[in-house]
Amino acid sequence: MALRWGRVMGAGATVIALGAVAVWYLAAPKTVAADRWEGLGEPNLAHGETLFWAGGCTGCHAADGASGDQVKVLSGGLALTSPFGTFHVPNISPDPEAGIGAWTLADFGNAMTEGVGREGEHLYPSFPYTSYARMSPEDINDLYGYLKTLPASDNVAPPHELSFPYNMRIALGPWKLLFFDKGPRVELASADETVQRGQFLVEGPGHCGECHTPRNALGGLQTDLWLAGGPNPEGEGRIPNITPGSDSVGSWSQSDLVSYFQTGFTPDYDSAGGSMVEVQKNLSHLPEADLQAIAAYLKAVPARE
Amino acid sequence: MRLTSLALAAALGCLCLSPAAAQEEPQVVRQNLMKEIGRSMGALGAIAKGEKPYEASVVQTALETIATNAKAFPDQFPEGSETGMETEAAPAIWENMEDFRTKAEELSSEAETLLASMPADQAAVGAAMKTLGSTCGTCHETYRLKR
Repeated sequence: MALRWGRVMGAGATVIALGAVAVWYLAAPKTVAADRWEGLGEPNLAHGETLFWAGGCTGCHAADGASGDQVKVLSGGLALTSPFGTFHVPNISPDPEAGIGAWTLADFGNAMTEGVGREGEHLYPSFPYTSYARMSPEDINDLYGYLKTLPASDNVAPPHELSFPYNMRIALGPWKLLFFDKGPRVELASADETVQRGQFLVEGPGHCGECHTPRNALGGLQTDLWLAGGPNPEGEGRIPNITPGSDSVGSWSQSDLVSYFQTGFTPDYDSAGGSMVEVQKNLSHLPEADLQAIAAYLKAVPARE
Repeated sequence: MRLTSLALAAALGCLCLSPAAAQEEPQVVRQNLMKEIGRSMGALGAIAKGEKPYEASVVQTALETIATNAKAFPDQFPEGSETGMETEAAPAIWENMEDFRTKAEELSSEAETLLASMPADQAAVGAAMKTLGSTCGTCHETYRLKR
């Protein structure tokens, strides 16, 4: 994972060089109008749980090596090393001191959909708000409601250890101006409801494109190569192309994809490997209809080779 | 795909060395064990997906193979077999042999538990696949190198 953050941070550095006073205003952290978070009512916890598994929160926020129900303790603490320093994943359990138990829905929503922290600071896009931003206030309310039902942990993650200039959060403002886009990643001809649900899950909470889409030199996603794979930012090998043009998964049927999400087995009964293992385990908790939707969307996106 | 390449690797190995010698290389032995586990998963998967009708004997054979092979599997990683024969074994295996062993045994005992209660229909085989698949993933995540 190190290199992914690395690139994102590299982008930050380059942008600092460009960052004249003129962009200062534009780059200041923005939050959502407070009334967007009002009147949402009681959260739908079942839907919140679906978003929780789709979002893969556990992948980074559970303790390193946690398995089974332990993954629901979002104590943070995982250290993500990068050439620019180490990110320490925060505790997002409901503990009011160490976690986010004292946050308002607006605090949570601003982090999730604007990449702005509780103190009004820019958040590093190692936290994929760039995808999560596609979630509606209702989604955010449901997810936050569900997170509050999980066990509290008093673990305190140390602050990030980033070297200058990557430790300057203000540099993230210009980066966001360039690359933080909440619109659809691809325009799909199909108005099919299943495909649209799939688009929401993949482009939004699932944040599949954060790994499966190559990035440019500034760390922005190359959206014309949406889901086309690329060099593995974590090290050796490549992240697979998952469009219909892929030479590895392009030939999989929709039901092959669903079966892979449920069991981790490819059509020839090889099993998932690397960081996809964690992702697949999370996906296996989703209702089959949602997995069908993800698969239908993956069959509908433009083929890339 | 991977099974084919393993088969190919095994075949190439046989070309270079005498067939008997190649068979004894621990890399080849463990690749063959895994290949058989893969085939067994395939047999279960065909039933789970409804491509083949449920047949108790097929399920039983598959689960027995998985239980037996997973038990023998961690014994095939002696010092000196870290590389070669296109092995995908991660160096982490030799750093955490105990844990690696535990994880392999978990697969074996899961298969045995399933045998004891014998999945009785397509849906039960599907559930069994899910359980076993998760165990495969947990171990592969750490101990298998991605090509």
